[in-house]
Amino acid sequence: MKKVPLTELAHVIRSKNSGPFELTFDIIFKDDTAFTLAVNSGVFTPALFAGLYKIPEEEVLGVIQYPPAKAIKATIVRPRPAGSLGETDVYGAQQHAPLLTIQVPVEEEED
Amino acid sequence: MKKLTVLSPTAILGYGFPKESFAAALAHNPDIIGVDAGSVDPGPYYLGAGVSFTDRAAVKRDLALLLPEAMKRGIPLLIGTAGGSGAQVHLAWNREIIEEIAAEQNLSFKMAVIPADIDKDYLLANLEKTAPLGPLPPLTAKDVREATYIVAQMGWEPYKEALDLGAQVILGGRTYDPAVFAALALKLGFPKGPALHMGKILECAAIAAEPGSGRDCMIGVLDEEGFTLFPTNPSRRCTVKSVAAHSLYEKSNPWLLPGPGGALDLQHTRYRQVSDNAVRVTGSEYVERDYAIKMEGARLVGYRTLTIAGVRDPIFISQLGDVLEQVRSAVRDNFEDNSNHSLEFKIYGLNGVMGELEPNPVPGHEVGIIIEAVADTQEQANTICSFCRTTLLHYGYEGRIATAGNLALPYSPSDLPAGAVYEYCIHHLLSATPDFFKPEIVEVG
Repeated sequence: MKKVPLTELAHVIRSKNSGPFELTFDIIFKDDTAFTLAVNSGVFTPALFAGLYKIPEEEVLGVIQYPPAKAIKATIVRPRPAGSLGETDVYGAQQHAPLLTIQVPVEEEED
Repeated sequence: MKKLTVLSPTAILGYGFPKESFAAALAHNPDIIGVDAGSVDPGPYYLGAGVSFTDRAAVKRDLALLLPEAMKRGIPLLIGTAGGSGAQVHLAWNREIIEEIAAEQNLSFKMAVIPADIDKDYLLANLEKTAPLGPLPPLTAKDVREATYIVAQMGWEPYKEALDLGAQVILGGRTYDPAVFAALALKLGFPKGPALHMGKILECAAIAAEPGSGRDCMIGVLDEEGFTLFPTNPSRRCTVKSVAAHSLYEKSNPWLLPGPGGALDLQHTRYRQVSDNAVRVTGSEYVERDYAIKMEGARLVGYRTLTIAGVRDPIFISQLGDVLEQVRSAVRDNFEDNSNHSLEFKIYGLNGVMGELEPNPVPGHEVGIIIEAVADTQEQANTICSFCRTTLLHYGYEGRIATAGNLALPYSPSDLPAGAVYEYCIHHLLSATPDFFKPEIVEVG
């Protein structure tokens, strides 16, 4: 199956704290076609985020589709509460890079 | 149809706003100015230490423009989460700035001050009324005792009470962000769904516009069926996408946004472009729930000292993990009596940004190391950091050919005492009633 890099479908891919104990990822797609393609691919599952961040699936608190903004959102448990000893990113704003490697499988069009 | 025009000049008091945007916003004759002054994002230090994360001169600059306009127009100015974290100490800090401006500009007004602090004895006696908010353990008496300041988010109700008492300026402690924008509307009987949803977006000012900015003005016009939002800077516009996307920001679930006493339900919300720069929002609902307020508290962990260093030697870099473990054990061995310290290495160029979440921990041709010691006193942290630095600088690792020193130190002095370190220990709900917080009226000027 053909795969399209997520970076070609989305124009915002970001991470941020959702409170001091959770880290949330927003993927905002360029248009309805890209959003629908991503949703239909079935690739955006808790298992995907657990794999990318090497965390148990139960630490993925949710993966939510949000059509009003053509967005998919996922939230995970923060490795530690924001600002605790060992913190690397108090705001959680630079934890998105693994998402840039996502490839979205698409049905190949028949000629 | 009755309407209410609400101005949000800036995302956080002290972040600023262009004077032109502010003048353009005033031309829409706002009925109220609301400003959110706080956030938990900057981390536990600011609440724990009782310090504002916003700069005093910057906060004064914003208030020196907002206060006289509010007075001149006879419209209320509502400020939520004073001083960044909203404890009594932050409230006093912000109040002093307001009183200073009043004296300088010869303003006099009735001000309401609403503390958000939770009494420790009360909380210790009511631990069973608390529940963790998020993935953390239940609240313990130890957490309560160790927290330096404990605040809880008030809703819109104490602001309404302050308005009823005739306050022209309201300075609140820790506050649910939308409250300062929704209080007047809810006092006047507008429905909660649209009023609080509008507040939820206005609290970030022009961040919900395109291009987004926390340093620019946004207007919300509320009616009984919905609201219309637009920025007043002509170089920005609200779009359906920019406004709808805002409910994703810093939240776990964009459909359901909880607050004290209920939640905004956005499942039936509709967004419509009504002009080049304005978006109309309708259908937002509010679901009442058992009344509970979100508490926050942080405790002192110790004191921190840092050393910043660089490494360029490929032989050293290839053994970095092992060397750091050996150095760590040398430090532990040398300071057995001071075992209560923490020693961390952040390795930029390897996994300095993502830590254990890093999927690709492969070092570059050079790496940056931050040596970070935290101990019970600043002196102990200085000692641990210094000993660790000298040990690492001269550590004789396997195959070393550069025998003059392992680290490039960019600064003299090399060690930077960084002061007190805090961590969140309270992020819990407390069952309460809307009248839990009480405004105090003071005459200013």
